[in-house]
Amino acid sequence: MKRPQHLINRARRRRWQAAAIVTVAALSAAACSSSSGSSSSGASSSGSSSEALTASAPGITPTQILIGSHQPLTGPAAPGYDEIAPASAAYFSYVNAHGGVYGRKIVYKYLNDAYDPTTTASVVRQLVLQDNVYALFNGLGTPTHLAVVQFLNSEKVPDVFVASGCECWNSPTADPETFGWQLDYVREGKILGQYVKQHFAGKKVAYFYQDDEFGMDGVKGLDDEIPASMVVSKQSYVDTNVNIAPQVAALRASGAQVVISFSIPAFTALLKLNGLKLGFSPQLAVSSVGSDPITLSGLLESFAKQGGATVNGNALTNGIITDDYLPSAGDMSNSWIALFTKVHNQYDAKAPLDGNMFYGMAVAYTFVQAMLKAGRNPTRADLVSTVESGLPQGPMVAPFAYAAGDHAGATGAFIGVIKNGVEVQEGPVLTTDTSASGPITTYTGTGQQAPASGIPSP
Amino acid sequence: MVEFLQFTLSGIVFGMIYAAVALSLVLIWRGTRLLNYAQGGMAMFTTYVAIEVIYRTGSYWAGFVVALAAGVVLGAAFQLTVIRPTINKPPLNGVIVTIGLLTLLEGLAGIFFGGQYRSFPAAFSVTGLKIGTTPLGVSRFDVFTAAAVLVTTLALAAAFKYTTAGLRMRAAAFNATIARLSGIRVARVLTVGWALAGLIGALAGVLVSPSTFLYPNSMDTIFVFGFTAAVIGGLDSPVGAVVGGLLLGIALSYVGGYLGSDLTAVVALGVLVVVLMIRPGGLFSAARVRRV
Amino acid sequence: MQSPPRRLGVAVVVAVIVVLASIKLNTFRDYQIAEIAVEVTAVAGLTLLTGLSGQISLGHGAFMAIGAYTTALLLMHLGWPFIAVLVLAAAVTAAAGAIVGAAAARLRGPYLAGATLMLGVALPSIAYAYQGVFGGDQGLNVAFTAPGFLGATFPLTRWQAWVSALVALITLVLLANLYYSRIGRNWRAVRDDDVAAALDGVNVAAARILAFVVSASCAGIAGALLAIVTGLVAPGAFTLTLSISLLTAAVIGGLGSLPGALWGSLVIVLVPTYVTDVATSHGLSSSAGSNIPVAAYGAVLILVMLVFPQGIQGGLRRILTLFTGPGPKTPTRKALHEKTSAPHK
Repeated sequence: MKRPQHLINRARRRRWQAAAIVTVAALSAAACSSSSGSSSSGASSSGSSSEALTASAPGITPTQILIGSHQPLTGPAAPGYDEIAPASAAYFSYVNAHGGVYGRKIVYKYLNDAYDPTTTASVVRQLVLQDNVYALFNGLGTPTHLAVVQFLNSEKVPDVFVASGCECWNSPTADPETFGWQLDYVREGKILGQYVKQHFAGKKVAYFYQDDEFGMDGVKGLDDEIPASMVVSKQSYVDTNVNIAPQVAALRASGAQVVISFSIPAFTALLKLNGLKLGFSPQLAVSSVGSDPITLSGLLESFAKQGGATVNGNALTNGIITDDYLPSAGDMSNSWIALFTKVHNQYDAKAPLDGNMFYGMAVAYTFVQAMLKAGRNPTRADLVSTVESGLPQGPMVAPFAYAAGDHAGATGAFIGVIKNGVEVQEGPVLTTDTSASGPITTYTGTGQQAPASGIPSP
Repeated sequence: MVEFLQFTLSGIVFGMIYAAVALSLVLIWRGTRLLNYAQGGMAMFTTYVAIEVIYRTGSYWAGFVVALAAGVVLGAAFQLTVIRPTINKPPLNGVIVTIGLLTLLEGLAGIFFGGQYRSFPAAFSVTGLKIGTTPLGVSRFDVFTAAAVLVTTLALAAAFKYTTAGLRMRAAAFNATIARLSGIRVARVLTVGWALAGLIGALAGVLVSPSTFLYPNSMDTIFVFGFTAAVIGGLDSPVGAVVGGLLLGIALSYVGGYLGSDLTAVVALGVLVVVLMIRPGGLFSAARVRRV
Repeated sequence: MQSPPRRLGVAVVVAVIVVLASIKLNTFRDYQIAEIAVEVTAVAGLTLLTGLSGQISLGHGAFMAIGAYTTALLLMHLGWPFIAVLVLAAAVTAAAGAIVGAAAARLRGPYLAGATLMLGVALPSIAYAYQGVFGGDQGLNVAFTAPGFLGATFPLTRWQAWVSALVALITLVLLANLYYSRIGRNWRAVRDDDVAAALDGVNVAAARILAFVVSASCAGIAGALLAIVTGLVAPGAFTLTLSISLLTAAVIGGLGSLPGALWGSLVIVLVPTYVTDVATSHGLSSSAGSNIPVAAYGAVLILVMLVFPQGIQGGLRRILTLFTGPGPKTPTRKALHEKTSAPHK
């Protein structure tokens, strides 16, 4: 007689369970026995220049430099930002293919933290305690990086070029290993605010900002420059709720003629779309964080087509005022954009050619610059003192602030107006500081051109 | 006063999206007594399929139809493969399987379609409608959204009430054993329920994605509010799903407009608690029979 | 494990093993031990709540947040020793658990799930509304150092592992005592048939609220540990993902069983890291590479649930009976299933 079905199922399941247990046991044994990478010791000659390459610091061997990072590669914060680390890795590959850093290859190990500070704490400890990275490079996010600053500084691991515009990376006494890189949000607010004050005097201004330290620091900078009498409304949004129709309705009701927005690209686009819905089209001035023309056009392209004509999303971004501390993504006449486009085509061709791409390559360029300046056999302390001695500005439009008592990165930006997918510069590059009364001055230098080889000189 | 009207109308539109998600959850709950935590993920995935079709063919409606079809296929496929084995097991197993399904779908979407924001087109114009010179705060597309969800709800309610298939589904949900004894193919009814839920979820996905942009986690928050709407309305009632959705959408809109964006989740919790204190089974729950 | 001395004995043995392992393994593994201890504490409370008293909670991350923020604020403003802070964090979270439990007393199944889900989403968002107190998005820093008598070279992660593991073990022993006590039996009675339990003299509402109080306290303690282990308390650490992973760990490990809490926590903490390591070692392109671990993790959850319907602990017990033969018949959880799938209009 045939066995009843439920007994067959149970027997079948038992077999699966036994197989599963055996498999897990085998995998665990394999995992436990696999060793993690760590730096080897002992000197060996490289055969080329004067001094032999040694394992001068954790993470550095005669053949490679191992650096680590934490990045949001998955999860709600990932779209857009997950392009940055691969872009940096692409530039490092380019450098490695052209001789590396004194012959050493840069190995960039970036781990996913899904923008969760608990995960960040875990992966950074893995990088430092298990993988023995030389430095933490371009850790992304304010709440996420704040979770590891204490740890990195107590372990004396260089924490360079944090990917966030928080002022908090500039505290050399408390966190001597930590350095910012991008233009911080307060400076952005001041520069953008001064432009609006000067060019829209007498008009009604409103703020639209993300309800976290990015938005609030930006507002702080704006308030330093724009007189309170001009500001008719301040509306905030949280990035978990896409229904910003109430806030935009409130902006419209206030009669605002200029809206300054400290928003991420998705919400800049939503601001524009909700404005269309409400028949509200103020002059927009957007922080560099949320104004990349290529990203915005991509987000808005489905709606530009509605007009009937076959225009792309550029139509909806024309006229947006923004600040930027790097050259504009679409500006092929710029030597840096040309260089990074070449690197992109060779090493990261599938990714979009937008602001995040250039950001990733630009910060990687700064790192290579710092490593070359740090010498043939740098210790960790050498990297820190190298940055503190000042770095050439590279692709940045304004100089770095790096000094013994200043760990802030970019000091200034230019104001641009988006036309046909490119930020067209208006006026000079402006630099400032983060204090309320600090002046905004014109930068009289000419900036740097990209080197022909694409590699910084030591 | 104009703002009040604008808040109300935009609240209704988002409320209808929550209602659509709530409707799919109600369908699955009624049929299989399971909480489908992957409902938002399924909608996201079918919307990705739609955008790929739209991109290649240039036709919005082709993508729209393919999305709905994909929803049917996905719903049925999941029920047949991974949900069916959980039927006579502890009830939370099914929920964990759907949580695993959600994670799997988000990962697969990232692998196949990339993690970037994708712009998803709207079926009709997104410029606002006006009365005279006063903008209403809703567009033609918003009207289409609300109408589509309403029509679907009414069709579903009618199907449940007046068709044999609907009767079979209700019988299978009421008591599977007796239904089986009456000759109803319960297994097939459950699969049809999931397929329908997949269809409605896919509809919600294409309707809301112009406003959220499409990325692997785009439906996460929509799902949370949709689930809340279903609970507010009562998980056994399609009409309750719509009422719950509208109530939630409008309440959140007023909060966002008058009180600020911080408090939306807290207010949603407040609405939920108030409703459940009065009626622990949701607004449209039947009186519970107390067995002694 | 029926007798208190045996439970204590097992706990001591485990403690010794943990100390030895923490010294033998590298400092990152110490950190993972601490992470696992945090998870076990929270999951153990949740598994009792959901498995033993039959109340589902999709928002237990909120209680962890309460414990963590209480800890951070007390350490920041009052500088109390950690043991005092821990007790107070547990007490505050217990009070919150009582409020939630009372509000939830009449709710069943998916309605309770929905309410706790929204709690898990809404509570951390309060940190944004009162930025001055709670630090907003950036959160509050927590300073925690190893005591001086251990010496200057004692790794902080090892101390964190010891503290977390000790607290976790104490919590587990207390929970085990509850499990086998009259309170635990009352919970099971209420779960299986609350009408019959009431007829039998059990105060159903009190039992259900007590379950919430106990499980919330465990989550609060876990939150306090999380604060000192990671060093930052911010809303980004207490998203819905955390609450869902706690429930997933409880069910995967074996609902209602304390050893199951350990298995589930091991899966939650170790599997994602392992899968990521495998993916990165194959050098896959970034978008695929970072999403493959996500997809794989989802697949693992589904597979474990299908192959081990009673969770890992249930599966282990079954494998054990293959060798030792079936033991005395114990009441199954079939009763729970029958209750919640009973027909109602």
